[in-house]
Amino acid sequence: MIEEPLSNSERLIRMATIGRPEPKAQVPTPQTATPVTDQPGEAFLEARSLNVFYGHFQALRSVSIQVPGRQITAIIGPSGCGKSTFIRCFNRMNDTIAGFRAEGQVLFQGRNIYDRRIDVVDVRRRIGMVFQKPNPFPKSIYENVAFGPRINGYEGRLDEIVERALHRAALWDEVKDKIRQNAYALSGGQQQRLCIARALAIEPEVILMDEPCSALDPVATLKIEDLMRQLARDYTIVIVTHNMQQAARVSDWTAVMMMSEDRAGECIEFSATNEIFTNPREKRTEDYITGRFG
Amino acid sequence: MTISERAFHRRLFLRRGTALGFSIICITATLLAIAVLGVLLVQVASKGLDRVSWDFINSFPSRNAGDAGIKAALWGTLWMMAITAIVAVPIGLGAAIYLEEYAPRNWLTSVIQVNISNLAGVPSVVYGLLGLALFVRAIQLERSVLAGALTMALLVLPIIIIAAQESLRAVPNSIREAAYAVGASRSQMVFHQVVPAALPGVLTGVILALSRAIGETAPLITIGALLFVPFTPHSPFDKFTVLPIQIFNWTSRPQEAFQQNAAAGIIVLLAVLLTMNSVAIFLRNRFQANARG
Amino acid sequence: MTRTGFERQLIAVQEDMLVMAGMVEAAIERGVEALKTRNVNLAQQIIEDDLKINRKRYETEEKCLELIATQQPLASDLRTIVSVLHITVDLERMGDHAEGIAKIALMLADEPPLKPYIDIPRMAQVASDMLMGSLEAFKDRDPARARAICDQDDEVDALYEQVYRELLTFMINDPRTIQRATYLIWTAHNLERIADRVTNICERVIYLVEGHIEELNVSKY
Repeated sequence: MIEEPLSNSERLIRMATIGRPEPKAQVPTPQTATPVTDQPGEAFLEARSLNVFYGHFQALRSVSIQVPGRQITAIIGPSGCGKSTFIRCFNRMNDTIAGFRAEGQVLFQGRNIYDRRIDVVDVRRRIGMVFQKPNPFPKSIYENVAFGPRINGYEGRLDEIVERALHRAALWDEVKDKIRQNAYALSGGQQQRLCIARALAIEPEVILMDEPCSALDPVATLKIEDLMRQLARDYTIVIVTHNMQQAARVSDWTAVMMMSEDRAGECIEFSATNEIFTNPREKRTEDYITGRFG
Repeated sequence: MTISERAFHRRLFLRRGTALGFSIICITATLLAIAVLGVLLVQVASKGLDRVSWDFINSFPSRNAGDAGIKAALWGTLWMMAITAIVAVPIGLGAAIYLEEYAPRNWLTSVIQVNISNLAGVPSVVYGLLGLALFVRAIQLERSVLAGALTMALLVLPIIIIAAQESLRAVPNSIREAAYAVGASRSQMVFHQVVPAALPGVLTGVILALSRAIGETAPLITIGALLFVPFTPHSPFDKFTVLPIQIFNWTSRPQEAFQQNAAAGIIVLLAVLLTMNSVAIFLRNRFQANARG
Repeated sequence: MTRTGFERQLIAVQEDMLVMAGMVEAAIERGVEALKTRNVNLAQQIIEDDLKINRKRYETEEKCLELIATQQPLASDLRTIVSVLHITVDLERMGDHAEGIAKIALMLADEPPLKPYIDIPRMAQVASDMLMGSLEAFKDRDPARARAICDQDDEVDALYEQVYRELLTFMINDPRTIQRATYLIWTAHNLERIADRVTNICERVIYLVEGHIEELNVSKY
């Protein structure tokens, strides 16, 4: 036996009862609403000090995010923090909601899409959207994809446009023999890919996705995530998701939104995905990501 | 907190008994309704089926029961229904589309909405009076098929509007959003996506409306449809009569032979009604099949 | 607080690591003790106990993998688990070095000591203190302390050079001492490697708190 008062080994073993100490050297939470950003390059799509109101209620406060082109940007945050409201500002879908008012700017290739001179139909043609629940039209698969090009007056053979869009949505092989069948005969995952094909058919530059996989089973979800990575080579993708693992798997950049005390949503952090998920700067982000929040 | 076996089984027996009793009541009610309809049809058929023949359909009415036919009334009904449909369906559908898709949600729209609902319940003879004052006298259409059809169109318009509105409302909003998202304007969204999806429901409304119209007697009498018509209409401005009026005319005669004629007329009326509805149902199923796949 | 189950498992895995460090610590102390007192039984005990250290490492590794697979840890939780994984590797290697000292003690037990053991026990003490300190820095999430401990490695390196030169002199003067001297050089080398491994642990502590790897033990050559 070693006759020493409390050798190192014993002290180490005694240390075994550790509580969870307060992490030191944390960055203090800034009081401003503007987030810390790592700017990756030229912004393709940008929200600048965007404030959104429904009547008297402020839904978003001073959100500024620069979305880089041809990459996938994820928007995460707890329910009710305004993620869907925010993404719908990019293609002006919120215009259809009564009482909606936007202050600030949303810039697409340098031009503010909320400017009165801008044609909203043109904005929607270039910035497409896929919704949370698959919502194909109650028509045939062919008609679903052909509708967009047809009403926008596209030239070229509609058959080719439809086939190309279905190829790009990784759906062609599964439906090429039943393209005149009703879209509702497809499975949930196939319907969502059909909605993606429908969005692709009008040759947008940006694809917005509002929780595209939340109504789908895990296998269908993974197929769509693979599809997203393929599409990101040619399109800019912005995805809202409440599934953090999905955001981590799929995106290059991540914006974290939070609801403040007056229930207005803010962006608290925006940087590269692997930074956010391994070493976030904001304590609120860390708390949310590790599940210690709410 | 336990229930004894005996108490449980007693309660169970009571519950089963009540359920059985309730289903018996419901079945009885159904059978009663069917029985009434059955008795009606059997009575009519037994009285008039022999009388229905090609002669009957192709002859004009006469004082002699044996020679009387419903040709005038039949053609009058067909003319009137056709014009009513042509007038009422587009106007009704258009109004419904405006109210559902375009009108702002303010007090004026609510007032219009309430008024339309109320109009559906107005007694048909009131429409007859309106038709008399407006179409027959003011616009001076006289007692023509056109006046009659326009009056009936007014009568069934609220029904079509309400049914069309309901089916437009039933189209899920996600369809509208999807259409907007691919760059459709509001009219493109409404006419290419929403209306086709709502069409089955609209056709149901049309069926209801036309079924009501075909059987109306009072408003047409009011605007002056004739009782004794020895000719068929050749233009919308001709005078006319309709099947219900002819049938009513015959039932008010005492002779048994005329009662038979009336029964035969009812059979013809039912046949026309059935044919019309079948066409509409066929169309509706076609649209539904396209929509549902 | 949410995720209490996960919290408990996370703490448990860190505690396992500390227990393992205690076992390594004991092996170092007892190894040098066995050398000094020429205690064959003690030396053999230490060699057997190294198996326990290895087993503890794999157990801890298993638990870490299970946490990663089932809990999808992120941010600081992820860095914690990854740090535990790396540190247990370092600890296991340290255990092997301590076992090496015990083996040398066995081999030297038959003959009288070449000289009074002063520097080697001193090296062991410093290395042991460093190990203790690094794990306290881990527990307290204290990067400043981690950096300070790395400086102590210089002391161990200096002692190693001293031991080496002294034993070299012995070997040059009297070739019959070569065997014992080389064994002692090996002992000192083992202790020096142990101290180096502790600097790895300190680098992990900084990674855990600040989120980046910082090279702390830059060789002066």
